[in-house]
Amino acid sequence: MSSIQEKVTQIVVEQLSVEEDQVTPTASFVEQLGADSLDIVEMVMALETAFEIEIPDEDAEKITNVQEAVDYLEKKLAAA
Amino acid sequence: MLLENKKGLVFGLANNYSIAWAIAQEARAQGAELGFTYLNEAIEKRMRPLAESLQASLILPCDVASDEQIAQVFQEVERTWGKVDFLVHSIAFAREEDLEGRYVDTSREGFRIALDTSTFSLVALARAAAPLMKDGGSILTLSYYGAEKAVKNYNVMGVAKAALEASVRYLAADLGPEGIRVNAISAGAIKTLSAKGIRGFSEMLGTYAERTPLRRNVEPAEVGRAASFLLSESASGITGETLHVDTGYNILGM
Repeated sequence: MSSIQEKVTQIVVEQLSVEEDQVTPTASFVEQLGADSLDIVEMVMALETAFEIEIPDEDAEKITNVQEAVDYLEKKLAAA
Repeated sequence: MLLENKKGLVFGLANNYSIAWAIAQEARAQGAELGFTYLNEAIEKRMRPLAESLQASLILPCDVASDEQIAQVFQEVERTWGKVDFLVHSIAFAREEDLEGRYVDTSREGFRIALDTSTFSLVALARAAAPLMKDGGSILTLSYYGAEKAVKNYNVMGVAKAALEASVRYLAADLGPEGIRVNAISAGAIKTLSAKGIRGFSEMLGTYAERTPLRRNVEPAEVGRAASFLLSESASGITGETLHVDTGYNILGM
Protein backbone atom coordinates (compact mmCIF):
# COMPACT_ATOMS: atom_id res chain seq x y z
CA MET A 1 0.00 0.00 0.00
CA SER A 2 1.41 3.41 -0.97
CA SER A 3 1.77 6.04 1.70
CA ILE A 4 -0.83 8.16 -0.14
CA GLN A 5 -3.24 5.26 -0.01
CA GLU A 6 -2.59 4.74 3.70
CA LYS A 7 -3.19 8.40 4.44
CA VAL A 8 -6.38 8.52 2.34
CA THR A 9 -7.68 5.33 3.96
CA GLN A 10 -7.01 6.78 7.40
CA ILE A 11 -8.91 9.97 6.55
CA VAL A 12 -11.86 7.97 5.22
CA VAL A 13 -11.91 5.82 8.37
CA GLU A 14 -11.94 8.89 10.59
CA GLN A 15 -14.36 11.03 8.60
CA LEU A 16 -16.91 8.31 7.93
CA SER A 17 -16.46 6.49 11.25
CA VAL A 18 -16.05 3.12 9.50
CA GLU A 19 -13.73 0.16 10.11
CA GLU A 20 -10.48 0.08 8.16
CA ASP A 21 -11.26 -3.31 6.56
CA GLN A 22 -14.45 -1.85 5.03
CA VAL A 23 -12.41 0.79 3.23
CA THR A 24 -11.30 -1.20 0.19
CA PRO A 25 -9.90 0.71 -2.78
CA THR A 26 -13.16 0.48 -4.72
CA ALA A 27 -15.69 0.79 -1.88
CA SER A 28 -18.00 3.67 -2.83
CA PHE A 29 -18.07 6.41 -0.18
CA VAL A 30 -21.79 7.01 -0.56
CA GLU A 31 -23.32 3.63 -1.46
CA GLN A 32 -21.06 1.30 0.51
CA LEU A 33 -19.62 3.45 3.29
CA GLY A 34 -22.77 5.45 4.03
CA ALA A 35 -21.37 8.95 3.52
CA ASP A 36 -23.85 11.82 3.33
CA SER A 37 -23.22 15.05 1.45
CA LEU A 38 -21.66 16.79 4.47
CA ASP A 39 -19.35 13.80 5.01
CA ILE A 40 -18.14 14.10 1.42
CA VAL A 41 -17.39 17.82 1.75
CA GLU A 42 -15.59 17.28 5.07
CA MET A 43 -13.57 14.43 3.57
CA VAL A 44 -12.46 16.62 0.67
CA MET A 45 -11.50 19.34 3.17
CA ALA A 46 -9.53 16.80 5.21
CA LEU A 47 -7.72 15.61 2.07
CA GLU A 48 -6.91 19.21 1.13
CA THR A 49 -5.49 19.86 4.58
CA ALA A 50 -3.54 16.61 4.77
CA PHE A 51 -1.96 16.96 1.32
CA GLU A 52 -1.75 20.78 1.36
CA ILE A 53 -3.60 21.19 -1.94
CA GLU A 54 -6.87 22.64 -3.18
CA ILE A 55 -9.26 20.26 -4.92
CA PRO A 56 -11.59 22.12 -7.31
CA ASP A 57 -15.27 21.14 -7.21
CA GLU A 58 -15.19 19.57 -10.68
CA ASP A 59 -12.37 17.26 -9.55
CA ALA A 60 -13.92 16.51 -6.16
CA GLU A 61 -17.13 15.32 -7.82
CA LYS A 62 -15.19 12.61 -9.66
CA ILE A 63 -13.70 11.14 -6.49
CA THR A 64 -16.09 8.45 -5.29
CA ASN A 65 -13.75 5.88 -3.71
CA VAL A 66 -10.25 5.50 -2.27
CA GLN A 67 -8.71 4.37 -5.57
CA GLU A 68 -10.00 7.45 -7.40
CA ALA A 69 -8.73 9.68 -4.59
CA VAL A 70 -5.28 8.06 -4.70
CA ASP A 71 -5.07 8.29 -8.51
CA TYR A 72 -6.09 11.94 -8.37
CA LEU A 73 -3.67 12.83 -5.58
CA GLU A 74 -0.73 11.04 -7.26
CA LYS A 75 -1.30 13.02 -10.44
CA LYS A 76 -1.89 16.29 -8.59
CA LEU A 77 1.14 15.93 -6.32
CA ALA A 78 3.39 14.92 -9.23
CA ALA A 79 2.32 18.08 -11.09
CA ALA A 80 2.97 20.33 -8.08
CA MET B 1 -9.33 38.30 29.99
CA LEU B 2 -11.66 40.16 27.65
CA LEU B 3 -14.83 38.15 28.28
CA GLU B 4 -14.52 37.11 31.91
CA ASN B 5 -17.92 36.47 33.56
CA LYS B 6 -19.69 36.95 30.21
CA LYS B 7 -22.27 34.47 28.99
CA GLY B 8 -22.67 34.12 25.26
CA LEU B 9 -24.68 32.18 22.71
CA VAL B 10 -23.13 30.97 19.47
CA PHE B 11 -25.36 30.18 16.48
CA GLY B 12 -23.75 28.45 13.51
CA LEU B 13 -21.13 26.02 14.83
CA ALA B 14 -21.09 23.12 12.35
CA ASN B 15 -17.63 21.59 12.54
CA ASN B 16 -14.01 22.42 13.28
CA TYR B 17 -13.75 24.47 10.07
CA SER B 18 -16.58 26.80 11.12
CA ILE B 19 -15.81 30.47 11.72
CA ALA B 20 -18.08 30.05 14.75
CA TRP B 21 -15.60 27.48 16.06
CA ALA B 22 -12.69 29.91 15.87
CA ILE B 23 -14.81 32.59 17.56
CA ALA B 24 -16.01 30.20 20.27
CA GLN B 25 -12.50 28.96 21.04
CA GLU B 26 -11.18 32.49 21.47
CA ALA B 27 -14.22 33.61 23.47
CA ARG B 28 -13.74 30.64 25.80
CA ALA B 29 -10.02 31.41 26.11
CA GLN B 30 -11.05 34.96 27.06
CA GLY B 31 -13.17 33.61 29.90
CA ALA B 32 -16.67 33.45 28.41
CA GLU B 33 -19.24 30.81 29.36
CA LEU B 34 -20.83 29.53 26.15
CA GLY B 35 -24.03 28.05 24.79
CA PHE B 36 -24.49 26.66 21.30
CA THR B 37 -27.30 25.78 18.93
CA TYR B 38 -27.46 23.33 16.06
CA LEU B 39 -29.73 23.04 13.03
CA ASN B 40 -30.35 19.29 12.91
CA GLU B 41 -28.96 15.89 13.91
CA ALA B 42 -26.38 15.83 11.11
CA ILE B 43 -24.91 19.05 12.48
CA GLU B 44 -25.34 18.07 16.12
CA LYS B 45 -23.24 14.95 15.57
CA ARG B 46 -20.41 17.19 14.37
CA MET B 47 -20.64 20.11 16.76
CA ARG B 48 -21.52 18.46 20.08
CA PRO B 49 -18.00 17.12 20.80
CA LEU B 50 -16.56 20.56 19.99
CA ALA B 51 -19.08 22.38 22.17
CA GLU B 52 -18.46 19.96 25.02
CA SER B 53 -14.71 20.49 24.72
CA LEU B 54 -15.39 24.16 25.56
CA GLN B 55 -17.53 23.14 28.58
CA ALA B 56 -20.70 24.50 26.95
CA SER B 57 -23.52 25.04 29.45
CA LEU B 58 -26.18 24.84 26.74
CA ILE B 59 -26.41 22.82 23.53
CA LEU B 60 -29.83 23.36 21.98
CA PRO B 61 -31.59 22.65 18.69
CA CYS B 62 -32.53 25.73 16.70
CA ASP B 63 -33.67 26.09 13.13
CA VAL B 64 -33.63 29.88 12.75
CA ALA B 65 -36.44 29.62 10.21
CA SER B 66 -38.71 28.69 13.13
CA ASP B 67 -39.89 31.43 15.52
CA GLU B 68 -41.05 28.71 17.88
CA GLN B 69 -37.58 27.13 18.14
CA ILE B 70 -35.98 30.54 18.64
CA ALA B 71 -38.42 31.22 21.48
CA GLN B 72 -37.59 27.86 23.06
CA VAL B 73 -33.86 28.60 22.95
CA PHE B 74 -34.26 31.86 24.81
CA GLN B 75 -36.66 30.32 27.36
CA GLU B 76 -33.95 27.79 28.09
CA VAL B 77 -31.30 30.52 28.26
CA GLU B 78 -33.41 32.44 30.75
CA ARG B 79 -33.91 29.32 32.88
CA THR B 80 -30.21 28.44 32.86
CA TRP B 81 -28.44 31.79 32.87
CA GLY B 82 -31.14 34.35 33.63
CA LYS B 83 -29.47 36.68 31.15
CA VAL B 84 -27.13 36.75 28.19
CA ASP B 85 -24.23 39.10 27.46
CA PHE B 86 -23.41 38.36 23.86
CA LEU B 87 -24.67 36.58 20.79
CA VAL B 88 -22.75 35.36 17.75
CA HIS B 89 -24.74 34.90 14.54
CA SER B 90 -22.73 32.85 12.06
CA ILE B 91 -25.53 31.48 9.92
CA ALA B 92 -26.17 31.71 6.21
CA PHE B 93 -27.79 29.54 3.59
CA ALA B 94 -28.64 29.66 -0.08
CA ARG B 95 -29.66 26.87 -2.39
CA GLU B 96 -26.82 25.33 -4.38
CA GLU B 97 -28.32 26.38 -7.71
CA ASP B 98 -28.32 29.99 -6.53
CA LEU B 99 -24.55 29.94 -5.83
CA GLU B 100 -23.48 29.49 -9.42
CA GLY B 101 -24.36 30.93 -12.79
CA ARG B 102 -26.10 34.29 -12.99
CA TYR B 103 -27.72 36.28 -10.17
CA VAL B 104 -30.36 37.44 -12.61
CA ASP B 105 -31.65 33.86 -12.74
CA THR B 106 -32.31 33.65 -8.99
CA SER B 107 -35.79 32.29 -8.31
CA ARG B 108 -38.29 34.03 -6.03
CA GLU B 109 -38.17 31.09 -3.64
CA GLY B 110 -34.36 30.91 -3.72
CA PHE B 111 -34.18 34.61 -2.89
CA ARG B 112 -36.68 34.21 -0.06
CA ILE B 113 -34.83 31.28 1.49
CA ALA B 114 -31.43 33.00 1.31
CA LEU B 115 -32.67 36.26 2.83
CA ASP B 116 -34.81 34.57 5.47
CA THR B 117 -32.09 32.20 6.70
CA SER B 118 -29.12 34.52 6.35
CA THR B 119 -30.56 37.95 7.13
CA PHE B 120 -33.92 37.84 8.87
CA SER B 121 -32.48 35.30 11.32
CA LEU B 122 -30.27 38.05 12.77
CA VAL B 123 -33.29 40.29 13.30
CA ALA B 124 -35.25 37.47 14.94
CA LEU B 125 -32.36 36.51 17.24
CA ALA B 126 -31.64 40.12 18.20
CA ARG B 127 -35.29 40.67 19.06
CA ALA B 128 -35.38 37.54 21.19
CA ALA B 129 -32.05 38.19 22.90
CA ALA B 130 -32.50 41.87 23.71
CA PRO B 131 -34.82 41.39 26.74
CA LEU B 132 -32.22 39.04 28.25
CA MET B 133 -29.34 41.44 27.71
CA LYS B 134 -30.08 43.02 31.06
CA ASP B 135 -26.64 44.55 31.55
CA GLY B 136 -26.36 45.62 27.92
CA GLY B 137 -24.91 43.32 25.36
CA SER B 138 -23.04 42.74 22.15
CA ILE B 139 -24.36 41.05 19.03
CA LEU B 140 -22.02 40.00 16.24
CA THR B 141 -22.70 38.65 12.78
CA LEU B 142 -20.49 37.51 9.91
CA SER B 143 -20.47 39.07 6.49
CA TYR B 144 -18.33 38.98 3.38
CA TYR B 145 -17.07 41.36 0.71
CA GLY B 146 -19.68 40.00 -1.71
CA ALA B 147 -22.09 42.32 0.13
CA GLU B 148 -20.25 45.33 -1.32
CA LYS B 149 -19.10 44.16 -4.74
CA ALA B 150 -20.30 41.60 -7.24
CA VAL B 151 -18.28 38.45 -6.55
CA LYS B 152 -18.61 35.64 -9.08
CA ASN B 153 -21.01 32.88 -7.95
CA TYR B 154 -21.71 34.54 -4.58
CA ASN B 155 -24.88 35.92 -6.15
CA VAL B 156 -27.94 35.93 -3.89
CA MET B 157 -25.73 35.46 -0.85
CA GLY B 158 -24.07 38.80 -1.62
CA VAL B 159 -27.47 40.44 -1.65
CA ALA B 160 -28.34 38.71 1.63
CA LYS B 161 -25.07 39.94 3.16
CA ALA B 162 -25.74 43.49 1.97
CA ALA B 163 -29.11 43.34 3.69
CA LEU B 164 -27.36 41.84 6.72
CA GLU B 165 -24.90 44.74 6.97
CA ALA B 166 -27.80 47.19 6.62
CA SER B 167 -29.65 45.27 9.34
CA VAL B 168 -26.63 45.65 11.61
CA ARG B 169 -26.96 49.43 11.29
CA TYR B 170 -30.72 49.48 11.88
CA LEU B 171 -30.49 47.04 14.80
CA ALA B 172 -27.67 49.10 16.30
CA ALA B 173 -29.85 52.21 16.09
CA ASP B 174 -32.83 50.41 17.66
CA LEU B 175 -30.99 48.62 20.46
CA GLY B 176 -28.34 51.21 21.29
CA PRO B 177 -30.51 52.95 23.90
CA GLU B 178 -30.61 49.62 25.80
CA GLY B 179 -26.83 49.41 25.79
CA ILE B 180 -26.80 46.69 23.16
CA ARG B 181 -24.18 46.97 20.43
CA VAL B 182 -24.57 45.26 17.07
CA ASN B 183 -21.62 44.77 14.71
CA ALA B 184 -20.45 42.62 11.82
CA ILE B 185 -17.13 41.21 10.78
CA SER B 186 -16.58 41.05 7.04
CA ALA B 187 -14.16 38.16 6.93
CA GLY B 188 -11.84 37.32 4.06
CA ALA B 189 -12.43 34.00 2.32
CA ILE B 190 -12.18 31.12 4.78
CA LYS B 191 -12.63 27.51 3.87
CA THR B 192 -15.73 26.35 5.74
CA LEU B 193 -18.38 23.74 5.12
CA SER B 194 -20.63 26.50 3.74
CA ALA B 195 -17.94 28.15 1.62
CA LYS B 196 -17.33 24.80 -0.07
CA GLY B 197 -20.86 25.12 -1.43
CA ILE B 198 -19.80 28.10 -3.55
CA ARG B 199 -18.68 27.15 -7.05
CA GLY B 200 -14.96 27.76 -7.58
CA PHE B 201 -14.25 28.59 -3.94
CA SER B 202 -10.91 26.76 -3.86
CA GLU B 203 -9.65 28.83 -6.79
CA MET B 204 -10.79 32.01 -5.01
CA LEU B 205 -8.56 31.21 -2.05
CA GLY B 206 -5.53 31.09 -4.31
CA THR B 207 -6.36 34.39 -5.98
CA TYR B 208 -6.84 36.16 -2.65
CA ALA B 209 -3.60 34.78 -1.25
CA GLU B 210 -1.67 36.30 -4.16
CA ARG B 211 -3.39 39.67 -4.13
CA THR B 212 -4.24 40.85 -0.60
CA PRO B 213 -1.91 43.44 0.95
CA LEU B 214 -0.74 40.85 3.49
CA ARG B 215 -0.27 38.28 0.64
CA ARG B 216 -2.14 35.51 2.40
CA ASN B 217 -5.62 34.43 3.37
CA VAL B 218 -7.01 35.36 6.75
CA GLU B 219 -6.78 32.72 9.49
CA PRO B 220 -9.97 31.72 11.30
CA ALA B 221 -8.21 32.49 14.60
CA GLU B 222 -7.71 36.09 13.44
CA VAL B 223 -11.45 36.43 12.98
CA GLY B 224 -11.84 34.84 16.41
CA ARG B 225 -9.66 37.50 18.05
CA ALA B 226 -11.41 40.38 16.27
CA ALA B 227 -14.72 38.85 17.36
CA SER B 228 -13.69 38.69 21.01
CA PHE B 229 -12.69 42.35 20.79
CA LEU B 230 -16.07 43.40 19.35
CA LEU B 231 -17.92 41.25 21.89
CA SER B 232 -15.97 42.74 24.78
CA GLU B 233 -16.03 46.02 26.68
CA SER B 234 -12.90 47.02 24.77
CA ALA B 235 -15.25 47.82 21.88
CA SER B 236 -17.76 49.66 24.09
CA GLY B 237 -17.82 52.65 21.75
CA ILE B 238 -18.36 50.66 18.57
CA THR B 239 -21.79 49.81 17.19
CA GLY B 240 -23.41 49.45 13.78
CA GLU B 241 -19.98 48.79 12.30
CA THR B 242 -18.78 46.26 9.73
CA LEU B 243 -15.14 45.51 10.47
CA HIS B 244 -13.08 44.00 7.64
CA VAL B 245 -10.86 41.17 8.82
CA ASP B 246 -9.65 40.22 5.37
CA THR B 247 -5.87 40.75 5.23
CA GLY B 248 -6.74 44.06 3.54
CA TYR B 249 -8.37 42.84 0.35
CA ASN B 250 -11.23 45.38 0.44
CA ILE B 251 -8.91 48.40 0.16
CA LEU B 252 -7.64 47.39 -3.26
CA GLY B 253 -8.83 49.12 -6.40
CA MET B 254 -7.46 46.48 -8.70
